[in-house]
Amino acid sequence: MLQIISLLMENKAGALMRVTGLLTARGYNIDSLTVARTLDAGLSRMTIAVDIEPHGRRQLIKQMNKLINVLQATDLSEGPAVTREMVLMRVRASQESRTAILKESEIFGARVVDSTLEGFALEATGDAEKLDEFINTMQSYGEIEVTRSGAVAVSLDSKKLRLSPPIPRGETMLVEEKNGVA
Amino acid sequence: MSQLMSGAKILLECLAREGVEVIFGYPGGVTLPFYDALYDHPIRHVLVRHEQNAAFAAQGYSRSTGRVGVCCATSGPGATNLVTGLVDAMMDSIPIVALTGQVSTKLIGTDAFQEADTFGITRSATKHNYLVKNIKDLPSVIHEAFYIAASGRPGPVLVDVTKDVFMGNCQYEPVNSIHLPGYKVYTEGHTGQIRRAAQMILEAERPMIYAGGGIVLGNAHEELRELVEAVDAPTVCTLMGLGGLPSEHPNFISMPGMHGSYAANMAMSGADLLIALGVRFDDRVTGRLAAFAPHAKIIHVDIDPAEISKNRNADLPIVGDLKRILPKLTANVREIRTEAGSPDRPGLKAWWKQVRAWKEENPLVPVYSKTEIKPQHLMAEIDRISGGKAIVTSDVGQHQMWAAQLIRYNAPRLWINSGGLGSMGFGLPSAIGAQFANPDQLVFSIVGDGGFQMSLPELATLMNYGLPVKIIVMNNGYLGMVRQWQELFYNNRLSSVTLDSFPDPSLLAGAYGFKGRTIEHPSELASALQEAIDYHGPYLLNVKVTPTENVYPMVPSGGAIHEMVLGPVQPTPVA
Repeated sequence: MLQIISLLMENKAGALMRVTGLLTARGYNIDSLTVARTLDAGLSRMTIAVDIEPHGRRQLIKQMNKLINVLQATDLSEGPAVTREMVLMRVRASQESRTAILKESEIFGARVVDSTLEGFALEATGDAEKLDEFINTMQSYGEIEVTRSGAVAVSLDSKKLRLSPPIPRGETMLVEEKNGVA
Repeated sequence: MSQLMSGAKILLECLAREGVEVIFGYPGGVTLPFYDALYDHPIRHVLVRHEQNAAFAAQGYSRSTGRVGVCCATSGPGATNLVTGLVDAMMDSIPIVALTGQVSTKLIGTDAFQEADTFGITRSATKHNYLVKNIKDLPSVIHEAFYIAASGRPGPVLVDVTKDVFMGNCQYEPVNSIHLPGYKVYTEGHTGQIRRAAQMILEAERPMIYAGGGIVLGNAHEELRELVEAVDAPTVCTLMGLGGLPSEHPNFISMPGMHGSYAANMAMSGADLLIALGVRFDDRVTGRLAAFAPHAKIIHVDIDPAEISKNRNADLPIVGDLKRILPKLTANVREIRTEAGSPDRPGLKAWWKQVRAWKEENPLVPVYSKTEIKPQHLMAEIDRISGGKAIVTSDVGQHQMWAAQLIRYNAPRLWINSGGLGSMGFGLPSAIGAQFANPDQLVFSIVGDGGFQMSLPELATLMNYGLPVKIIVMNNGYLGMVRQWQELFYNNRLSSVTLDSFPDPSLLAGAYGFKGRTIEHPSELASALQEAIDYHGPYLLNVKVTPTENVYPMVPSGGAIHEMVLGPVQPTPVA
């Protein structure tokens, strides 16, 4: 079972590397990682799916929170959260199976984004298990090619609700002249 | 009032505003514009002979003063040579700012001459790092770098500056505030937790204070002494915390851990409360973690929330600055005691009796011989001369452990060693930085014959700047600590630990223009040390000690700290 870590971070060169560096330095494999900017273009939201035992995960999240570019790292596996993933899929469909594929797609709530004589391009969202099922089902109709987005998640914890752009809460300091040689 | 200035000049201006007085560095191709600006700038540049030693010297400067040390290197090999010094500073939480040159922005990624991905390479070697490609970012980046290095849990920050930024011109407007949205510095500590900690302290029968490098880094030594006296608990200082409580303080029970004293380790194991202050429950202190302080509840005060419950679960964590928290904790302890009518603490009395008995049972005392100089004898002599006041730098290994065990440090920032990373070659360059910062103080650089030979190029720096560092080589002809482990755990199969061909110190020092000599008889020790100190410049004293002396007490790797080996194992007599 994968756990989800959600990070709010500065949208800066190198920030991604600092976060993933903490994982690789400890030998953890990243199952999926998504990152995109938030309402505040200076900030990004990153969602990481990993499998780490609880003590290691707690320690890792503390280390992530210490990174200068990270405003907040949260373990979403510990509270209510919703996780979604998107899959883009091409299916090669024979004339006979086209209708069945469309019916099946409807059941999974997938949309057709492209249709050619060879087959379809489909788009589906859902949690990882549902998408796995969808992919399995489609495989039975013929050759498929799949791209998954990786998980994005949002906490449903009312304490963590942020309807407006998050307000940075870190350090501001005045630069004081110190007694140097100048 | 803004004025048109080059990036190199802006950088120097920002350094001056940060109070920088000296930079330890080594120039190169892309830093040429910076060095040109330095030429007639009042900030002093110290030319070391290897970039790694620039980082170590900056650390010596910082460790001995508490100020941010600055080092500088060029792109490519210059920057990669800094890496060991950066990781070393990271492990011991030492605030330094490293400035490196980078190839011009348009050349980045082209495998240009002396190009290396410094930003990527030093990412995990620093608390934070920057790559500056736009001259407009330079002033705020420099001030951020100094702020990040020195605040919170201190650490190294690297700023990689491209050559075009050094050479470009820009209207310079001093930056007066910086904003770091993701950076949190915890200071005050939770009032309720502090109160609860005070209650736990007074309820404990066998309290013990376990003070670490955080006391020194946080300048909280006075505040520690107040707490120690209010609680009247036996106190150990870790390798990084030595001097945090004066070695001569009656509550001081020396250093705990792998080569800690019997009393310190037994007391840690017997305590019912550990008041852990600015420590990280390092494996060299705890030994086998599952058996560490098995009866103790833990109060853990640290500025870094990631240290809390990292290795040992904290029953009561307090996150914040020791200098702010300790006075509140002390006040709470006093207040609660007074409210309770200052009751007698019979448990504490019995505890002290036990701790004193452990101290007497196996004290940390030097070993002497009539025919050979014992390494412990050497440390005892240095201790006598220092009187707890000299700055002592060391490398890593046997000499480091004996110097930690047997030399008194009656103030913080006197004992300077590579604790976490354990870098050989640290002792001499860090002494250079410390002597620069403290020109009138006696600075001993106690090094082994192995580590010394890793820092040989800096003999030229010593002479160049007339730094009167007293280098004491504890020469046993071996990589002593590795040899000790090979003897004890690898059937004495001594594999690549013999150091033959040590250079003649009088010729070596003489080649640089200062004095050196070798001694090997105990009767020469006191006078030779005196001669070294009386000499006006640097001095290289090569002290040949018993080659196969081992450091004791010793907790074997993976052992519990109360299961110490106290001395050489005696052969079992045949019946």
